[in-house]
Amino acid sequence: MIGDYLPILFVFLLAAGFALGALGLTHVVGPRIKTRVKLSAYESGVDPVGPTHSRLNVRYFLIGLVFIIFDLEVVFLYPWAVIFREQAAQGPFILYEMLFFLVVLLVGYLYIWRKGVFEWE
Amino acid sequence: MADTLYLLVLFPFIGFLVNGLGGRWLSGKQSGLVASLAVAGSFLIGAQLFLGLLARPEDNRRLVQTLFTWLPVGELNIHVTYVFDPLAAIMVLVITGVGLLIHIYSIGYMRDDPGIRRYFAYLNLFTFMMLNLVLSDSLVLLFMGWEGVGLCSYLLIGFWFSDAAKARAGMKAFVVNRIGDAGFLIAMIMIFDRFGTLSMADISWLAPGAGIDTTFITTVTLLMFVGAVGKSAQVPLYVWLPDAMAGPTPVSALIHAATMVTAGVYLVARNSALFALAPITMGIIAAIGTITALLAAIIAITQTDIKKVLAYSTISQLGYMFIALGVGAFSAAIFHLMTHAFFKALLFLGAGSVIHGMGDEQDLRKMGRLRQLMPTTFMTMTIGALAIAGLPGLAGFFSKDEILWSAFNSSGGISWIWLVGLATAGLTAFYMARMLFLTFFGERRWAEGVKPHESPSVMTVPLIILAFLSIVGGYAGVPEALGGHNALHHFLAPLMATFQASGEASQAANHPLELLLMLLSTGVVLVAAYYAYRFFVQQPGLPETAAGKFPQLYRLSNRRFYVDEIYALLIIRPFRALADLLWKWIDVRIIDNLVNLAGRTTERLGGALRLMQSGLIQHYASLLLLGVVFILLAVAMG
Amino acid sequence: MGSADILSTLPELVLIATALLLLVMESAAEPHRELLAATALGGLAIALVTALGYGADGLYYSGMLQVDPYARFVSALALVLAALAIMVAVPYLRRTLEERGEYYSLMLFATVGMLLMVKAQDLTMVFLGLELLSIPLYVLAGFYRHRSSSNEAGLKYLLLGAFAAGFFLFGIALLYGSTGTTSYSGMAQAINSGTELSRVLTLAGFGLLLVGFAFKVALAPFHMYAPDVYEGAPTSMSAFLSTGPKLAGFATLLKLIAVVFAGTMVHWWTAIWILAALTMTVGNLAALRQDSLKRMLAYSSVAHAGYLALAILVTNYDSGFAMLFYLTVYVLTTLAAFGIVSLLEEGEESAMPGVEACKGLARRNPWLAAAFTLALLSLAGFPPTAGFLGKFFLFNATLDAGYLWLVILAVLNSLVSVYYYLRPVVAMYMQPGKNTSALPIPRMLIPALLALAVVALGAGFIPAPLVHATASAISAIL
Repeated sequence: MIGDYLPILFVFLLAAGFALGALGLTHVVGPRIKTRVKLSAYESGVDPVGPTHSRLNVRYFLIGLVFIIFDLEVVFLYPWAVIFREQAAQGPFILYEMLFFLVVLLVGYLYIWRKGVFEWE
Repeated sequence: MADTLYLLVLFPFIGFLVNGLGGRWLSGKQSGLVASLAVAGSFLIGAQLFLGLLARPEDNRRLVQTLFTWLPVGELNIHVTYVFDPLAAIMVLVITGVGLLIHIYSIGYMRDDPGIRRYFAYLNLFTFMMLNLVLSDSLVLLFMGWEGVGLCSYLLIGFWFSDAAKARAGMKAFVVNRIGDAGFLIAMIMIFDRFGTLSMADISWLAPGAGIDTTFITTVTLLMFVGAVGKSAQVPLYVWLPDAMAGPTPVSALIHAATMVTAGVYLVARNSALFALAPITMGIIAAIGTITALLAAIIAITQTDIKKVLAYSTISQLGYMFIALGVGAFSAAIFHLMTHAFFKALLFLGAGSVIHGMGDEQDLRKMGRLRQLMPTTFMTMTIGALAIAGLPGLAGFFSKDEILWSAFNSSGGISWIWLVGLATAGLTAFYMARMLFLTFFGERRWAEGVKPHESPSVMTVPLIILAFLSIVGGYAGVPEALGGHNALHHFLAPLMATFQASGEASQAANHPLELLLMLLSTGVVLVAAYYAYRFFVQQPGLPETAAGKFPQLYRLSNRRFYVDEIYALLIIRPFRALADLLWKWIDVRIIDNLVNLAGRTTERLGGALRLMQSGLIQHYASLLLLGVVFILLAVAMG
Repeated sequence: MGSADILSTLPELVLIATALLLLVMESAAEPHRELLAATALGGLAIALVTALGYGADGLYYSGMLQVDPYARFVSALALVLAALAIMVAVPYLRRTLEERGEYYSLMLFATVGMLLMVKAQDLTMVFLGLELLSIPLYVLAGFYRHRSSSNEAGLKYLLLGAFAAGFFLFGIALLYGSTGTTSYSGMAQAINSGTELSRVLTLAGFGLLLVGFAFKVALAPFHMYAPDVYEGAPTSMSAFLSTGPKLAGFATLLKLIAVVFAGTMVHWWTAIWILAALTMTVGNLAALRQDSLKRMLAYSSVAHAGYLALAILVTNYDSGFAMLFYLTVYVLTTLAAFGIVSLLEEGEESAMPGVEACKGLARRNPWLAAAFTLALLSLAGFPPTAGFLGKFFLFNATLDAGYLWLVILAVLNSLVSVYYYLRPVVAMYMQPGKNTSALPIPRMLIPALLALAVVALGAGFIPAPLVHATASAISAIL
């Protein structure tokens, strides 16, 4: 029953305790030297210049999204292939299902193509 | 014979459709003609049905027509059933009869108004709704009519909507009425829960034998009475009626004097079987009626707007009807309802005629000496005033004295209800006489350029007919003490429950005593009228002297006992405060502090203060999370 | 698996095919945009015919979907709603020069999501339907890319919606952990026979599901997004946002409770009791102070969610019937009201018409003013409109179940609501407006107004047909 999950709770507590404990400990033990150099972003590196929030071209995101969507959807082909043999014996329905799925993907592909997602200029 | 019952409601509805949809093709006069014909049709049908009813034996005076089943849900079967019995008959004749006269009068009164078609459409719709209210057997349909007349009243009060104050008056009437309606609605649900039916005939039949506990019956009747208090403008919900005078004067006559405001009286009388089982409620009804009658009569004395005088007079007279209901004299209440419809409609229409003739002047202080210029209006209004004051032989005398006698009788002697009733009779005579004197006698006080003139015959003929009714209307119920046999009382008797508040022996048969009391009240009326004469004709300076002598009293009456201000304090403010609380505390404090916890800006919120919400998504998410915790806790606790 | 399955989802398939067609049309070299709306409406019409006429009742797709009169009724209502929402949107989109195929396509996908939710017989299916409904709505709320208010609405809706969806999914996981299944019948069996792993786990799972639904139908305190999103979204979209998810959410939740969780009611009735009371009060009180019509209608929709939650609380035949009746009236009325508001935006300087925009409307467009009045009166629950009957059925069912105080609170609330519903009416009829020329009423808006008249007045005067339809639908699950 629910009591079986008690160890998990302990793991949570342990993890949280460790994290908080470590942070707290450095806070207590660690020496604090507030010099100009210490407080700069990169103590031994180059001082950053200009705003930190630089804008990226929206196309990076679009391409990223498109990649993830198609990549994930293709994953469906694997389980489908695994049960294809067994299901196909009962009729061609499983084939149509996947064809329908691919048509949907194709229309989506056509749409983003026509809308110019792939044009980099 | 019952087959024609539906025509009663159909005619005004057709009139409404013709005027409402096809109004643009009609001239104003044609539109008025259509509306009047529709009501005339209803009146003729009603009269024919009434005669048919009279021809029947006393225990079988009930015509029923079921049109269709409106709602077939489980055990809740609501049929659209119209019932024409003695009570409905009287109401129908008053509504269509007086209504017809007011429709005709309106043709003249509203002649030059560009919205005349809309006006007649609303008026017909009102008649339709009002007939539904009095004819339906089911509480649900009655409630629809109830709301429907409220809607029409609201539309007509705000008829001249270009004027913002008038529009607001319409709103006020509506909102105040909704308070009462809430009570009615809850009562209805409770009744259905207990009796399993909403047919009033069934309820009246079931209630006495059902062995119902006092708490239940008292609660239900009280809630119902709350509805009646709202609609019939009783203390404390009367504040809307004086403001309702913003509407056209014929509307005030029809809706705010003769018919709609009496719906509360009708409701109680119709369910007399229920109310008779609840002595506590009856006591409260009598008390409210008494307070209203007195309070409104006192306020009426100092009002300077001719319509406001009549409005407070209406409230006071409605208080009379509730006194009658409260002491169990249900048929006396209906009797007074009928006579009051005659003379108060007459007085309002007369006032309308004066206002019309004076070029839209309503201030009594700017009238005076109009009796030669408006002879018909003067004559008819005098009759109306005499009738309402209760001059022996006129309609108001019989109905008022029946109420006073019932009040006297119910407690077996002199009681404060009776005393206040008597005092109110005197006050009524006083303020009515004052109104008459200020309007038609004394100095001419109207402004330069005003040319008072008598109204056209389309307006005066209805006045004459109503004046005639105000004279003879009372003979439907001449008491036995005066050698009559109280026909109306016997006509209604089979429908009305009997109720005796105290264990005192009834003195109903003590004719000499009744005669003595009549003489007494007549005396009070005459004395009051004489004082009004002295104040306002002989020595016009006297009112100021009196007001100077009792400044607090005068101001109290003139400012209507500060009721509107009290309302603002007691009801409107807390309500706003609640909304403010929600806004300032829940929103600003709690959510704001969440923000501060997150270390977010407060100044951005300052700009968003106007809005209910901060607009910041992190607050929404925090609240969402709180909701999750709440649900999980609630589920875990349960 | 086979043709019977396909037949059972014919409406969904038709809609998906139409939605794809719309995308293809949109990506054509020279898109014929004037045909887009007609295509979408055609697809919806075919889907409506198939939803009502085709396929036998029963379980399909290995028990994932169930077709029954209840699902058919709600599906038909959802399809009609979507069609009317598209018709309301057409003039709005054309006026603002934003008519694009994506709008209609996404509307159709969202509709498919609604259909799948009510047909679902398995929580995974419910979740898929819910996401299919939600994701297009996130996009549609932010459809007007160049309006910052629309962007804000879309983003807020997405972020909070994702948050709520996470809880919903977690709830499914807990229920699966407790009962070992996600199918309605399997869970019901486990719960009723006591073979679940832990009652606490089951209840926690149900509680989290409730969070997901409460967010979709905007129950307080999960309603916070609603006013901002409905106000910021294009008005034609607000019409659908405030009706579609409510319809699908309540219909699905009622079925879920009726089939699976009815036996555990003792544990959760307090939670729903409080949610309902809180929602109707917060919604109505907040609406009191609103000047913007869209915001007022948004809070009104929150308040109505509170009333509808009463049906969930009771979950018996009477309350289910009342809920379907109320929902039917509510969605069509609200849709028409938003449609009229979208019309009022024309010629206003700001895109958010306030109550003043109504001034003098009765003179300018008497029929439009009458329709708006009718919608508001029905929402306020005036007799003899159907809104009154809906409230009557709902409150009566709740009272019969013994929740007297809740009913009193609900009645008081609906009285408070009269105030803000009547403010536009007063403005329309009793205050003169600056503008006196009549607004042109687009033809596409007329069906929505007719639907409003039929349901608010027709079902008010002659309720029998709608009563019979809803009663026979509800008897399939309760």
